[in-house]
Amino acid sequence: MALAKLSLEEWIQAAAEQAVSFTDFCVDFQRRELDLTAEEVLARMEAMFAVMEESIAVGLKGPRSKGGLVGGDGQKLQRYLAGKQQSMLGDFIGKAVVYSMAVGEANAAMGRIVAAPTAGSSGVLPAVLFALKEEYGVNSHDLAKALVVAGAIGMVIASRASLAGAAGGCQAECGSAGAMAAGAMVALLGGTPAQVGNAVAITIKNMLGLVCDPVAGLVEVPCVKRNAGAVAQAIVAAEMALAGIESVIPVDEVIDAMESVGQSMHCSLKETAQGGLAVTPTALALTEKIFGKKL
Amino acid sequence: MNIFDIIGPVMVGPSSSHTAGAVRLGNVACAILGEPVAEAVIGLHGSFAQTGRGHGTDLALVAGLMGWTTDDLRIPQAFAYAQEMGLKYSFKTINAGEAAHPNFVKFHLTGRKGSESQVAGASVGGGRVVISEVDGFSLEFTGEFPTILTLHEDRPGAVAEVTGILSKRGVNIAQMRVFRRNKGGLASMVLETDQPVDDSDIAAVAGLPMIRAVRRINAIS
Ligand code: SF4
Repeated sequence: MALAKLSLEEWIQAAAEQAVSFTDFCVDFQRRELDLTAEEVLARMEAMFAVMEESIAVGLKGPRSKGGLVGGDGQKLQRYLAGKQQSMLGDFIGKAVVYSMAVGEANAAMGRIVAAPTAGSSGVLPAVLFALKEEYGVNSHDLAKALVVAGAIGMVIASRASLAGAAGGCQAECGSAGAMAAGAMVALLGGTPAQVGNAVAITIKNMLGLVCDPVAGLVEVPCVKRNAGAVAQAIVAAEMALAGIESVIPVDEVIDAMESVGQSMHCSLKETAQGGLAVTPTALALTEKIFGKKL
Repeated sequence: MNIFDIIGPVMVGPSSSHTAGAVRLGNVACAILGEPVAEAVIGLHGSFAQTGRGHGTDLALVAGLMGWTTDDLRIPQAFAYAQEMGLKYSFKTINAGEAAHPNFVKFHLTGRKGSESQVAGASVGGGRVVISEVDGFSLEFTGEFPTILTLHEDRPGAVAEVTGILSKRGVNIAQMRVFRRNKGGLASMVLETDQPVDDSDIAAVAGLPMIRAVRRINAIS
């Protein structure tokens, strides 16, 4: 995909110069790109959010996956947390992690999800947005705006690096999803444009180098739990950015670094199931069990 | 690329490349055939052959051949529906060579009225697809735009006449490429348009003297 390179730093600067929030900047920019009104763009995003909400509900019923390796863990964590006075995750992260696993499990069971940015990493954004809705009382209009911000960040990553595990490893999928979620959270909670950039940069930096090594080539193990990990990373980065902590390396450079790491990553670690977890003895045995043969 | 390529598509899981892309490959192949599919022999290459079953790739391809979209909740039951609709399908493993994309499929389709088509293409990531072969002709298009495929005699003026007639009818061409087997023989034009094209546009193109066949593929959703 040869796309013209976009720059998050340019957008951040433009928003600051125009003295508008990063959210308003993104909504206006995207509606122009699409030749739609802001309301039309947001209505479409609200529809996406509705599908996300549905996918959480489906996943929380604990469906078994197509390959049989995952299912029911989101539900398990939810029940465990519900029975606790106090948990290490706390209410917000606890909820978000539960929801991310639910969507990952719904996806693995051939449920309907929003690929955001991909099917494998589809749990991250719904998780943080739905947790924000429940814990912070954010309304659906603002959640739609947050999705525009997340999408805008994803576009920059797609143009400078990649969003596909096959091209860039899992850093490109769960890493990007985490970065999009972190930026969206900061924008939604009133952070400055620069803070959005810092949240994106910090998330990617903390997930740099993550390989794509799905067991039996299926979007099941480690994918579901990696969505949960990405949620935690995104929240850590967002809270740091909101506190005013800056990324020493500017965000565009961080994205470019992710691209170069993806380039140097061996192809056995890019969705081919030829390396990493996918070739552990247990994974190989499971593969043989699922497909009745070696891959 | 627009923002709804990033936040989207809405799809039935588990994999954009192995499930959503497979539905779309079926969609385009069915559109190229131009009528409901009665029989499909589906050759799977590489990763499609190896891990396809665990991703529901087989279900997704058949769903696509029935014209379903990537978010259709019936996809897990596609085989049962196909049987009900009288669509006979079979799968085989093929080796399309080292150079072929790992997610490559080749359809041999027979329609209810008896027309036949061979279509090959790949799912290239994020649910995007690229069609690389139609009826033995090597070409390239994505199905993301309304697309017109021609089979025509490779003579001077052929391209100008087709583009001319489309522009007169108010159809703007976003992209156009010509693929040919050998100079002066048969060639194929792939025209991607901004507006959907209708039957009368297709008839107008088909009426040109050097045109042997025209096909229309609506943009896949
Ligand atoms: S491990 Fe690979 S398939 Fe699984 S979520 Fe990460 S990038 Fe996607």
